[in-house]
Amino acid sequence: MARFSTASEIASGVRSGSLKASDVLERHLAEIDAREPEIHAFNLVMATSARERAAAVDAMVANGVDPGPLAGVPVALKDNMCTSGVPTTCSSKILDGWKPPYDGTVVSLLRQAGAVVVGKTNLDEFAMGSSTENSAFGPTRNPLDTDLVPGGSSGGSAAAVAAGFSALSFGSDTGGSIRQPAALCGVVGVKPTYGRVSRYGLIAFASSLDQIGPFTHTVADAALAMQVVCGHDPHDSTSIPDPLPDYSELLDRGVEGLKVGRITDLPEGADADVAERVEQAFEVLAANGATIVDVEVPAFTYGLTAYYIIAPAEASSNLARYDGVRYGLRVDAPDTNAMYSATRAAGFGDEVKRRILLGTYALSAGYYDAYYGKALRIRRLMAQDFANAYQQADVLLTPSSPSVAFPFGSKTADPFAMYLCDTYTIPSNLTGEPGISVPFGTGLDGLPVGVQVLAPALGEPLMLQVAAELERAAVTLEKRGAS
Amino acid sequence: MSETSWTQGGYEMVVGLEVHVELATETKLFSASPNRFGDEPNTNIDPVTLGLPGALPVLNRRAVELAMRIGLALNCTVQPCTFARKNYFYPDMPTSYQISQYEDPINIDGWLDLPDGSRVGIERAHIEQDAGKSTHVGGGEGRVHGAEHSLIDLNRAGVPLVEIVSRPDIRSPEQARAYVNELRAILLAIGASDAKMEEGSMRVDANVSVRRPGTELGTRCEIKNVNSVRSVGRAIEYEAKRQILMLDAGESIRQQTRHWDEGEGRTHTLRDKEDADDYRYFLEPDLVPLVPSAEWIEEIRAGLPMLPAARRTRLAEQTGLATDSEAIGSIVDRGQDDYAFAVQAAGGDLGRAVVHLKEAFAEMGAEPILRAEDLARLTTLEVEGKLTATQAKTVLAELIAQGGGDAASIAADKGFEAMDTSELEAMVDEAIAAQPDAWEKFRAGERKAIGSLVGHIMKASRGQADGKLVTEILNARK
Repeated sequence: MARFSTASEIASGVRSGSLKASDVLERHLAEIDAREPEIHAFNLVMATSARERAAAVDAMVANGVDPGPLAGVPVALKDNMCTSGVPTTCSSKILDGWKPPYDGTVVSLLRQAGAVVVGKTNLDEFAMGSSTENSAFGPTRNPLDTDLVPGGSSGGSAAAVAAGFSALSFGSDTGGSIRQPAALCGVVGVKPTYGRVSRYGLIAFASSLDQIGPFTHTVADAALAMQVVCGHDPHDSTSIPDPLPDYSELLDRGVEGLKVGRITDLPEGADADVAERVEQAFEVLAANGATIVDVEVPAFTYGLTAYYIIAPAEASSNLARYDGVRYGLRVDAPDTNAMYSATRAAGFGDEVKRRILLGTYALSAGYYDAYYGKALRIRRLMAQDFANAYQQADVLLTPSSPSVAFPFGSKTADPFAMYLCDTYTIPSNLTGEPGISVPFGTGLDGLPVGVQVLAPALGEPLMLQVAAELERAAVTLEKRGAS
Repeated sequence: MSETSWTQGGYEMVVGLEVHVELATETKLFSASPNRFGDEPNTNIDPVTLGLPGALPVLNRRAVELAMRIGLALNCTVQPCTFARKNYFYPDMPTSYQISQYEDPINIDGWLDLPDGSRVGIERAHIEQDAGKSTHVGGGEGRVHGAEHSLIDLNRAGVPLVEIVSRPDIRSPEQARAYVNELRAILLAIGASDAKMEEGSMRVDANVSVRRPGTELGTRCEIKNVNSVRSVGRAIEYEAKRQILMLDAGESIRQQTRHWDEGEGRTHTLRDKEDADDYRYFLEPDLVPLVPSAEWIEEIRAGLPMLPAARRTRLAEQTGLATDSEAIGSIVDRGQDDYAFAVQAAGGDLGRAVVHLKEAFAEMGAEPILRAEDLARLTTLEVEGKLTATQAKTVLAELIAQGGGDAASIAADKGFEAMDTSELEAMVDEAIAAQPDAWEKFRAGERKAIGSLVGHIMKASRGQADGKLVTEILNARK
């Protein structure tokens, strides 16, 4: 990982004048030229506008103006974030030709902070998937081994950072779509507390679960990125008004005296190589002064089930606007209803259709109580169970993904096998609490393993503090492994 | 209960009304686009109105305040509430769902008292967004079936609405009309809506069923497209009769949504209940629960103006007229009661002012062109006996034509001098002598006979005599 510059290095270099944003950009564009054809991280590379932007950042520095905390940092955006005048596809045919007339809040904040947007990254269509194989524009390949998936749904954004195409990227996490691909690509991925990052301009999959977050090379970069994109937005009613903490403040503090929870009734299913690394993570934290405590989160097991009712239910409503009337794809037919059917049949892929059907069914008269109503009850139980766990522990540690990166096609025939990829990440979307995946050594075939640190709502500083300790320990591990 | 009752063949009608009103806000319910009627199509739009991917709704505080005003004016409880999505596909609904309130509306359990003394319960008054407007062109007589193409105007999409749902307490077409009129008067008084049925800023749907009094509720039909107060009465009467005919023929009523055709004066089936959409309501995840604080509710309540019913009572008590008299009703409807009290405050006579307002001020609004002082002086001349009612009318017409002036000098210019009583007494003597038959009939109790006696005196005095005084003298002689 160390061969690429971090966002922190780039930003401080550009701000101090020791680095030129244009040079930094060209290095990243060169990586894109070299490997993008095989990786396919991007739906769109924005080389021209990025060069203009980098030149503008350099001009600001030359004129003594500080471009901001992400000065000259090349950033890739998941292609479900609205960028004014630039196609935004959700990797779906249904948004064919659509260019948003506005920038999402995160996009505006990144520009204001001096970041240079290099492109829009590939995803599972409408963020529905765990391998980026559901993209209408073809899959993204894992930069560490192109025979393997990068994870998903933010596979393009994870791959962009892992391949050195951008120093920073953003994804969205509805059930693990940042943390799982981060784990599979060996980078850091954060899902902040629900409401911490504005969803204005994020094309909705499941509104009550969606949250934008960064992919970075380091935990410090994640803190830097969050400092820019977190905060209250009057355009998002679910946005949290609380003042922002300093996300970098606790990174070097260590874990002395912290209580790290081990979930004793965690659902089984993690591969042995992954489980072994997570055990090692507990040991490392204990060795550095943390206390490991056993906690129970009984509802954890029901997370996947509840999620696959709630997320599709919201999606069935969110995706109803793609009707061919106002924008995107329209397939003509003799009357309006036939046009709707023809457009949606041609515009959506199988997984999207599957979830629209699931969600429509779950909300239907006569089924609501048995499905959607019950799922909401599980969600409330889940929140209670986690609240109890956080009475005993400051943070919780789990695998990010049950397995390391897997081969293309190995789970596509069985949707449920694919859904299981998100077993450990889904509960924090249901509770709205933050989670981070941090690379921690390797597993099978030398592929990276991600360890997930979970924290209570707005507990990001503590979460990052623990993740930073694991990051330092991982480097030591690596050295020891190499020696 | 209502004096007006409607029955036919032993059946009564049971009616509940759902009234949608557009709120008089500057901007839309969930975005900053203007809420304005009559602009060029598709100009009052933005990412939220268009339902663009990634756009999110933000609740308009002013809309909530107006909704609370409506609730409080209708004696509702204002409560913590939530928003829900009502899912259905229609080209003028950009997101394919309407944001409405379903399980927890902002206003519940109120009532509306009508001028006739009857009370109609209010089940709820909730906030929701309007859809856009479709225009179907070419064939099909403006309806979608058979049209060549359709045009969509999204200026109205996202305009804030409050839907006021009455309980099924209405029993006659007159009561339904009175309910709509009273509701409209309240909405205007509290500034919540301009409530124009012809522009669609107030829309009425009627739920109609019939039953034998005292028995259980019958199956109801919902009547849509009722576009005027008059058609509210016509539509529910037609529908009740249709249902009674069916029941009498041994048929049963199917739960339906029906369309009122104003031209044909009848309702048509739009759809049966089985064909109704399953709206798949669920909590709107893009919004948070709305919890109005007690302080906020009290602030809104304190800011409410006096409502029409209270204004009618106030005017009625001061004049001795009945609250549901035509004069009281029309003056309060026009908002002229404050003016009437201003006339009184300026030393005028309230009773005479009300008489004049009812007739001569019918075309004027809440702020008549005549200064209250000018009308006050006129009424003073009347009560002092210096002008007869008839003369006063003439002077008032002149005052209005001139936009004001001194009643006494206009009267003098016209040569008006009220006759004193002795002069009138002499004229009465003369009339009795001239029409002995009429006098005898009048004395025998035939009230109509007074007409020709009064007529004789008015003719002799060339209209200068005070008719009321003449009647008093005749009655006294009897």
